[in-house]
Amino acid sequence: MKPSIDTIVAIATPPGEGGIAVLRVSGPEAVAIVDRRFRAPTPLASAASHTAHVGAICDAAGERIDQVVCTVFRAPHSYTGEDVVEVSCHGGTLTSRRVMGVLLETGAEMARPGEFTKRAFLNGKMDLAQAEAVAELIHARSDAARRISLEQLAGRLSSEVQTLRRSLMDAVGLLELELDFAEDGYEFLDRSKIRELLNDAGSSLRRLLESYRAGKVFRDGVKLVLTGAPNAGKSSLLNALLKESRAIVTEVPGTTRDVIEEGLSIGGVLFRVVDTAGLRPTSDPVEREGVERAHEQLRSADVVIWVVDLMAPIQPTKEAIESIGSSHVIVALNKSDVIARSSSTRMDIEDDSRALRISAKTGDGIQRLEEEMLAVAVGRTPSDNTEGATVTNARHYDVLRRASRSLTLALESLEGGKTGEFLALDIREALNTLAELTGEVTTDDIMNAVFSKFCIGK
Amino acid sequence: MAVSEMKYDVVVGGAGHAGLEAAMAAARMGASVLVVTMDCKAIGRMSCNPAIGGTAKGHLVREIDALGGEMAKIADATGIHFRMLNLSKGPAVWSPRCQNDREAYSREAGKRLGSIEGIAFLEDAVVDVAVEVGPKPFPHKLVGVVTAKGKRVSCRSFVLSSGTFMRAIMHTGLTHEKGGRFGEGASYGLTERLESLGFVSGRLKTGTPPRVSLESIDLPAVEPQHSDSPPRPLSFSTQRIENRLIPMYLTYTSPTTHEALRRGFDRSPMFTGRIKGVGPRYCPSIEDKINRFADKDRHQIYLEPEGYETDTVYVNGFSTSLPEEVQLEGLRTVQGLEKVRMLRPGYAVEYDFFPPHQASATLETKLVMGLFFAGQINGTSGYEEAAGQGLIAGINSALRSRGGGEMFHVKRSDGYLGVMVDDLVTKSTEEPYRMFTSRAEYRLLLRQDNADRRLTRMGAKLGLVESATLARLDAKERAIVRLSTLTSRTTVAPSTINGHLEAVGTETIDAPDKLIRLVKRSEVSLEGLLGVSELWSEGALDFAREGMDERTWSEVVEQVDIEAKYEGYVSRQREQVLRFDSFEEQAIPGDLDYDRIPSLSSEGRERLSRMKPETIGQASRISGVTSSDVSVLMVFLKE
Ligand SMILES: Cc1cc2nc3c(=O)[nH]c(=O)nc-3n(C[C@H](O)[C@H](O)[C@H](O)COP(=O)(O)OP(=O)(O)OC[C@H]3O[C@@H](n4cnc5c(N)ncnc54)[C@H](O)[C@@H]3O)c2cc1C
Ligand SMILES: Nc1nc2c(ncn2[C@@H]2O[C@H](COP(=O)(O)OP(=O)(O)OP(=O)(O)O)[C@@H](O)[C@H]2O)c(=O)[nH]1
Ligand SMILES: [Mg+2]
Repeated sequence: MKPSIDTIVAIATPPGEGGIAVLRVSGPEAVAIVDRRFRAPTPLASAASHTAHVGAICDAAGERIDQVVCTVFRAPHSYTGEDVVEVSCHGGTLTSRRVMGVLLETGAEMARPGEFTKRAFLNGKMDLAQAEAVAELIHARSDAARRISLEQLAGRLSSEVQTLRRSLMDAVGLLELELDFAEDGYEFLDRSKIRELLNDAGSSLRRLLESYRAGKVFRDGVKLVLTGAPNAGKSSLLNALLKESRAIVTEVPGTTRDVIEEGLSIGGVLFRVVDTAGLRPTSDPVEREGVERAHEQLRSADVVIWVVDLMAPIQPTKEAIESIGSSHVIVALNKSDVIARSSSTRMDIEDDSRALRISAKTGDGIQRLEEEMLAVAVGRTPSDNTEGATVTNARHYDVLRRASRSLTLALESLEGGKTGEFLALDIREALNTLAELTGEVTTDDIMNAVFSKFCIGK
Repeated sequence: MAVSEMKYDVVVGGAGHAGLEAAMAAARMGASVLVVTMDCKAIGRMSCNPAIGGTAKGHLVREIDALGGEMAKIADATGIHFRMLNLSKGPAVWSPRCQNDREAYSREAGKRLGSIEGIAFLEDAVVDVAVEVGPKPFPHKLVGVVTAKGKRVSCRSFVLSSGTFMRAIMHTGLTHEKGGRFGEGASYGLTERLESLGFVSGRLKTGTPPRVSLESIDLPAVEPQHSDSPPRPLSFSTQRIENRLIPMYLTYTSPTTHEALRRGFDRSPMFTGRIKGVGPRYCPSIEDKINRFADKDRHQIYLEPEGYETDTVYVNGFSTSLPEEVQLEGLRTVQGLEKVRMLRPGYAVEYDFFPPHQASATLETKLVMGLFFAGQINGTSGYEEAAGQGLIAGINSALRSRGGGEMFHVKRSDGYLGVMVDDLVTKSTEEPYRMFTSRAEYRLLLRQDNADRRLTRMGAKLGLVESATLARLDAKERAIVRLSTLTSRTTVAPSTINGHLEAVGTETIDAPDKLIRLVKRSEVSLEGLLGVSELWSEGALDFAREGMDERTWSEVVEQVDIEAKYEGYVSRQREQVLRFDSFEEQAIPGDLDYDRIPSLSSEGRERLSRMKPETIGQASRISGVTSSDVSVLMVFLKE
């Protein structure tokens, strides 16, 4: 794990389309890192604490990404107790992610779950009585992040990352063999095998990184449409997911008439959540137009949540749900707070494996629903890239990006004719980074691989 | 030697490679020391290969020397063949190795041990320990030991360094006998006694090859391997090696050998399951190699004479526990050994060890204050590993006997010694542990050439290093600064340097350039540049050298050269060390109750409770402990 002297960054607000997203950068290099990409009349380095500065964030090539406001908080007078810069972006979710990408490439590290809070605590910014709560928060967030990450690291992506790891293990194994077993006659091994392994790993990393940058998910997010009968609780669910009161909720069926769209980031995946009018035949021309638009949204949805009101006398049939034509439907059985689990009003729709009980009101089951959304989204989206796996999770992207940086250094050493110990340094760094996705690689693992393939020992 | 007053600061149990360093270090630090060992003529005996050093082990030897230990000096005095391994690679993995006269080594070790004031000897075996209730967090505190002959010795510290002897059984074919080493007995009682105090023990296995007669080898049929010339000493304080050097010989097994040995597999204690202990995979027996690498039609064999006077030759690469007659039949199919006489068959030995997570980074056990484990008893294998642990345990046994105060440990970022002990205590081990350079994450910093610069000051602070050695290091450091300043300030013209550049086979320059930039090239050596007198202004080099002796000066030149070449990498590693160190300094109380920390993962909690890490750094290296566990722990400890 990384010690706290890294400078970390994360998007601090759940971003809304067109709204303002705030990125928080914290650590000893916070001001310096932002300054490197910030174009303004005066640099942040000379800014006093608690001052805001208007300027532009540009990428490494100097191309302007967004007009931003940077607020500087000097240690120890900040949330974390370290130097903090908060970057408020205007251009919505996509822009804030691009700004984050630029800062990551400039030397910031992506914050781990609960890390801002942990730093705040360790720097004495919180009451000691909160220790237990802070510890629990770190535990819970890490746990959730791990589960989400594992769910997304399935199928093709997982096998591609495993192959990548194996190439690196093999390469480092060959190098270590040469370094530690000269006495056994393994002194001058052919470099071409190592070059081949590293090149394979490098191109697979590049392809994965590219799949993220070019991916639909990164560009547009996953389009998630909420549908169901009027009054089922679609708007309530939207609010529950956003954790804010965005859409109007009333007990009157037919409240929502137009399409409402909001951005939401779950486990590093961007969702565009669309709330629509409840589906029913109606004579009201405004509502009819709303239902028409709802159908339109459904046709272009990546994922659909069909919200079912457990209290309603008539339940939709499986056929009705299937008639949407989208195979990526999650059925959310809402208002579980009023219908007890053991209730005899159990419906056959509940037997549907895709059905989840939730309560938009109490928040019960929402986390499970979010995980399901991610799982379905990831299964749904790799469509643009037929070559191989697609990376959709920003955290995965960050890990791969850092691994790729180490691999580039290793390849430079190789081309520069450097001996094995230099190459091994960076390859192992890459493996250590990948460990965040694949699990740890210890020296013993490397040695095991060596012992199983080569005859060693006096 | 008569022992009158049976009361000592430190008792050392077993004068093998670990015990000898432990006793000497403790005595040098002013402790009164009693060495109890089963055979006073076997002090520092080389049970197996009569060689010191090798890849990574050579690093350990240099570090032991830098810190004030004996191993390198004994090896230099008794070496018969010296080589620097891995010279084709970068200096981080260069490793010195020497062959020794086996008898002379042990004699020299005994002589040195005997020459130190404050050490008494007792030829006996330790069979029991006396303990009282310990101060927190220790359940027990050591107050004395009891020997097989019934002697009671009171002491504050006890270093157990009994090697491969605890409940040891030696196997050759299907016959076996009790004993820890050829011709020596085993040691009983202590394992059970320590188990009753709460320790867990395990069983490991190692093996040794047959010894053959030099006279019976067809020398013209095998390939001689000569010593480096001039040989490089292992010790920083040996000026030069003047010993007579003799060659070793290289030969190979053949498919016929493999066939002959295979015929004895049904009588192998390994394959028939008689041996239960786990053996090292990096040091497999010849039968293992044949079995697992069936497609390899030959294996390398080094024939290593065990000394000047002796006819005995060690058959390196032929470790085996097959029946005696099968060993002989196999040997006689090896090129050059057709008529060989076998003096002694190879054998395997099984012995008790204590999984090392039960000790801390000082090698003191977590259960008994004042009890230290060092060497093979901790699950390691090899003389150098044993000696390194002996030194650390010896230092701490003396510190402990003074009562309280800060104990000593080496960080992973300071040396292979630190890497080894940290691996042992945070990962424990299931097979005999040996050092590899790949275990050291700061490999580029932890080189054998700079062991003195990393560790000698620590040794001096402890009182283990002579003042002359320290003065030499100070002079060396000053000269390094002067020479590197000189090199980075010197600018050279193409006309003065191109001849040299051409001669060493690298690109010439067209414009004046900084000398230091040329040193960075792998083809260019600073030593070579020193020979180009036009480069240096009058008197500049003499000023840098300041009348320094040849050996020290060449070390200075080497340091400046290496640091220039690896500057970028070295500074990256230094940065990593900085991050690493911030974790090593955060202590965890020894009696922390992990059940009181609800937000730990269940696996993390289980591991932490068992391993009882001493620092956040150690905790983070325990497998199964996640980074969120570490964060949770940090938050909790702050409370
Ligand atoms: C057969 C054999 C094969 C080996 N093969 C290899 C190999 O292939 N590679 C390798 O790296 N290493 C090998 N070794 C290991 C190497 O010899 C040891 O690692 C090293 O000697 C360990 O040092 P030590 O100080 O821990 O113990 P040792 O050198 O074994 O010394 C232990 C000493 O303790 C004494 N002693 C034991 N019990 C007591 C007691 N209760 N009280 C008092 N004194 C006691 C003994 O008499 C002995 O002098 C082998 C050892 C043996 C015996
Ligand atoms: N008890 C309970 N009531 C809920 C829950 N979710 C929604 N409701 C209530 O159900 C009613 C309808 O909720 P809305 O969110 O407006 O439903 P909708 O599906 O958006 O309805 P339309 O926009 O009219 O199609 C409101 O009175 C909500 O308070 C829930 O989980 N439990
Ligand atoms: Mg609504």
